[in-house]
Amino acid sequence: MLSSKKGGEGQGAKDGLVSRPFFQGFCPLSLAPCPSMIFSRERRMANFSRNYMSIFFHIGRYILWMGRVFKRPEKQSIFRQRIFEEIQNVGYASIGLVALVSIFMGAVLTIQLAYNISSPLIPIYTVGLGVRDSLILEFSPTIISIILAGKVGSSIAGEIGTMRVTDQIDALDIMGVNSTGYLVGPKMIAAIICNPFIVIMSIALGIFGGYMAGILTGEVSGTDYIYGIQYWFQPFYITYALIKTVVFAAIITTVPAYFGYHASGGALEVGRASTVSVVYSIVIILTFNLILTQMLLQ
Amino acid sequence: MIEVKGLNKSFGDHHVLKNIDAQFHKGQVNIIIGQSGSGKTVLTKCMVGLHDVDSGTIEYDGQDFASMTFNQKKTIRKDIGMLFQAGALFDSMTVEDNIMFPLSMFTDQTLKERKARAQFCLDRVNLTTAGKLYPSELSGGMKKRVAIARAISVRPKYLFCDEPNSGLDPKTGLVIDELIKDITEEFDITTIVITHDMNSVIEIGENIQFIYEGEKWWEGSKEEILRTQNQEVIDFVYASKFMKKVRADLAK
Repeated sequence: MLSSKKGGEGQGAKDGLVSRPFFQGFCPLSLAPCPSMIFSRERRMANFSRNYMSIFFHIGRYILWMGRVFKRPEKQSIFRQRIFEEIQNVGYASIGLVALVSIFMGAVLTIQLAYNISSPLIPIYTVGLGVRDSLILEFSPTIISIILAGKVGSSIAGEIGTMRVTDQIDALDIMGVNSTGYLVGPKMIAAIICNPFIVIMSIALGIFGGYMAGILTGEVSGTDYIYGIQYWFQPFYITYALIKTVVFAAIITTVPAYFGYHASGGALEVGRASTVSVVYSIVIILTFNLILTQMLLQ
Repeated sequence: MIEVKGLNKSFGDHHVLKNIDAQFHKGQVNIIIGQSGSGKTVLTKCMVGLHDVDSGTIEYDGQDFASMTFNQKKTIRKDIGMLFQAGALFDSMTVEDNIMFPLSMFTDQTLKERKARAQFCLDRVNLTTAGKLYPSELSGGMKKRVAIARAISVRPKYLFCDEPNSGLDPKTGLVIDELIKDITEEFDITTIVITHDMNSVIEIGENIQFIYEGEKWWEGSKEEILRTQNQEVIDFVYASKFMKKVRADLAK
């Protein structure tokens, strides 16, 4: 007796390749308990090599899939309209969280730096300088992007994954719509447009939070802090931060979208795809952070 | 007319469709039946281009769909409407927007024209006042009717229905069946319905194809299926006690 349904369902099966999501079972980044640990050494080696081959499979499929994101949209006016909708979902809806995190981040940085500068040879205004550069170079572009990977990424994976398992993506495909371009393109463009503004806002609010913390705790005077944030300012740091932000924006939207798009099964698999997409987004952001820092700050 | 010739489809080592030959006629409700896992859904997904085929042809009025490129397929896909098992309506859009979506994507109609067409389609499926509702506010039967309205909004030549009665009570199922039959005749389209429901087969089936273990096993009309001597078809059609009694009555 054939069981064609089993073979026929799911995107992996559709491509005639791996139908089992690669994050199940042994995976170095999986959050789930790892049953393969109790297997024999040979079995573990086999699983290890299969899963690493599977990672290459997913990298290849991601690249091919991204090719479809950049195809010309069926209708420009609808595509533009979708970008504005996504600016609301991806950008505007994150402003509150980013503002809160940034203010507290700046405040904590100020208190920590002031606490650590105990030598009378180091002027106190270096607290302002330290807060500014920490925020511009690392905290605002990277940490805020990681936070957005959690907030926006899980939402994107959940939305697209649900569309996949409820046949909405198949419905788009049958109509002749490039589902990848229609669903993912506007999200990516919206994030690339919005995230630089969000990061600039985060830097400004972080510096403001530091100023307030300095004054309220009495650790740094307002005059010293303001002098510090203007001292030895390197405009290129802003360019560096914005380049990182744009790259991270593309990762935050496309990696979760990829996991959601290739989800199969039901609510459990969509939930798993959402979790794994956030983990992978963060790992990829950290990797690119290192690469870009090495490239841009040499 | 849609003609499938020598269609094969495998997933890895698993040979799901084996050399399927079938014809689906224009202006008729063509029904595909078979047990769960027999390959009906895979056959339909191959026919609409959601799965690539291993070998064989799928001809839409003489044009081989299976060998077309992605962009070439778009011209055929614009003539295809599909009703999914759960409706597959876009959750973020109202019923009206769902119906207008393919029109917005592929026509240059004005908003007024699109709204008029959406209202016509809603009237046709007896959901005149549902335009402003969201899919989450609809019952199962209403979702199916909206999905039919969306499918016919682009005036399709081919309509695919994947288990249109699943999850519905018999009375609502009958309404959907009658709607599918009426639309098929009214717009002279080629309709293909996948179902397990023998009520639907008897009610609206004109050209019935029975799939068994990935092969096209039997073909005939609804009158023929009731009197067939094919054992696999008999096992499927007369599976329930009630149908066994019907068969016994027919034999008399």
